[in-house]
Amino acid sequence: MPRDRLAAIAGIYEFPRRIAGGLSALQIKALSAARALEDAGLGWQDVDALYDAGETGAGLTLTQYLGLHPRILDTTGVGGASFEFHAGHAARALAAGRARVALLTYGSTARSDARAIGTGGGRAPTAPATGMEVPFGLTLVGSYALVARRHMHQYGTRPEQLAEIAVTTRAHAMRNPEAVQGLHDIGIREVREITIDDVISARLIADPLRLYDCCIISDGGGAVVIVAPELARDLRQPPVWIVGAAEAVGYTENDNDITTTAARDCGPRAFAEAGVRPDEIDVAMIYDSFTITVLTILEDLGFCAKGEGGPFVEGGRLRFDRGRPALNTDGGGLSSNHPGMRGIFLLIEATRQLRGQSCSQVPGARLAIAHGNGGQLGTRHAAGTVVLAAGGT
Amino acid sequence: MSDEQRPLPPLTDPDTRAFWKATRAGRLIYQVCQRCGRLVFHPRLHCPYCGGLELETKESAGAGTVYSYTVIRQHGHPFFGARLPYVVALIDVDEGFRMLSEVVAPPEAVRVGQRVRLDWEDLGQVKIPVFRALD
Repeated sequence: MPRDRLAAIAGIYEFPRRIAGGLSALQIKALSAARALEDAGLGWQDVDALYDAGETGAGLTLTQYLGLHPRILDTTGVGGASFEFHAGHAARALAAGRARVALLTYGSTARSDARAIGTGGGRAPTAPATGMEVPFGLTLVGSYALVARRHMHQYGTRPEQLAEIAVTTRAHAMRNPEAVQGLHDIGIREVREITIDDVISARLIADPLRLYDCCIISDGGGAVVIVAPELARDLRQPPVWIVGAAEAVGYTENDNDITTTAARDCGPRAFAEAGVRPDEIDVAMIYDSFTITVLTILEDLGFCAKGEGGPFVEGGRLRFDRGRPALNTDGGGLSSNHPGMRGIFLLIEATRQLRGQSCSQVPGARLAIAHGNGGQLGTRHAAGTVVLAAGGT
Repeated sequence: MSDEQRPLPPLTDPDTRAFWKATRAGRLIYQVCQRCGRLVFHPRLHCPYCGGLELETKESAGAGTVYSYTVIRQHGHPFFGARLPYVVALIDVDEGFRMLSEVVAPPEAVRVGQRVRLDWEDLGQVKIPVFRALD
């Protein structure tokens, strides 16, 4: 049973389209904020804490654009994990009485801008460590592939086992009408469930990762409204409580094991704060930039022993109808949407599950985690774990 | 045509410019912290392990082992796009530091644990440290 209720997710909204159709990222953020506040039953000027990952410029840009006057402005930007960091920071600020209504927003037109996130030339380096890597042409996919190759070497993990994750998330996506429409809209030729054979026979992008081991690239966005405990009971939706949160960072050192992610650091702290064990979690929303991301994080969060992620995921075990935990029931970044930083969708789908509103609803779901991963797993990454509990828990 | 050359590292970065300058003489340098004794790579002003500010520069003999690797098969940059497929690897250099580099070898000839030795690709302003497969 979870211990402390730090704050509650009271409002959510996911921008439904994967092609923004002329809307800007800022407009997606504003639209999503309006809808999420409506979902919560709160007004625009009730927001007194604003969290922004900076994808539309520095935090000042968003504050003025939205027209808010927050007493807390937090611009933590650590890639896809930013929103789990934000949720944790907001929960503590609200629990401490420093604010009452926190707003997280995200907006991206990565697809419409034709940004090749995983295999592009990348931006000019701004840090000494990235500068050292420039001459060698490591792609973002390649960084995760370094982890996958090492995991295979160290633990005997097989491509078929990684493929299980892509197969499961696609099956979930096919149950999500917005994901299905999105797959059509971004030009996926055959929108259908996929098999392990499909995954392991697709073209290699960066060995050992193949096409379906990689997330799609879409537009998208969303918003999450988090409120102080005293507000949570009287709002439009049943509250989803934040009962634990922790964050960590990992990067290449002289002798570190790159198959172990920063989730090994922040996961146990988040579970301990929540007073729950991994085997009690009904829904695991884990950042699926790539199949290997999920496999390593499942291990590092303690769902199985280190190195046993391969056997653990076999047999479709992570499907929503197979028992605990169900993985990425919205279809994930692999098959629903990935506009560059999808951490906010982990919070949104976890909330849907704990409200009983998912397309792939886990019956009686009471506990969920959202675990974000940002950056590049093989070189430097940020990890944030948020433990969530259903209203009556 | 500059797009078709291997991208250069930033050569004026205050932390790493000495590293790239040393490559012109065919030297692969790293640092050892004089306070805690740990190896520091990439080179920088401070020791990331203890905050020490006295670091001694040393030169690697250039032998190492492949810690992990990937074969890049899709890249948006013209130089790398023309070079596909190629091997990028994390190399555990024998002195005790890990660096990203290219292993110049057919992809099927590379494996984790493989012994490699340093080689240089001369770009004029700078030499790029790459590795060649032994055995």
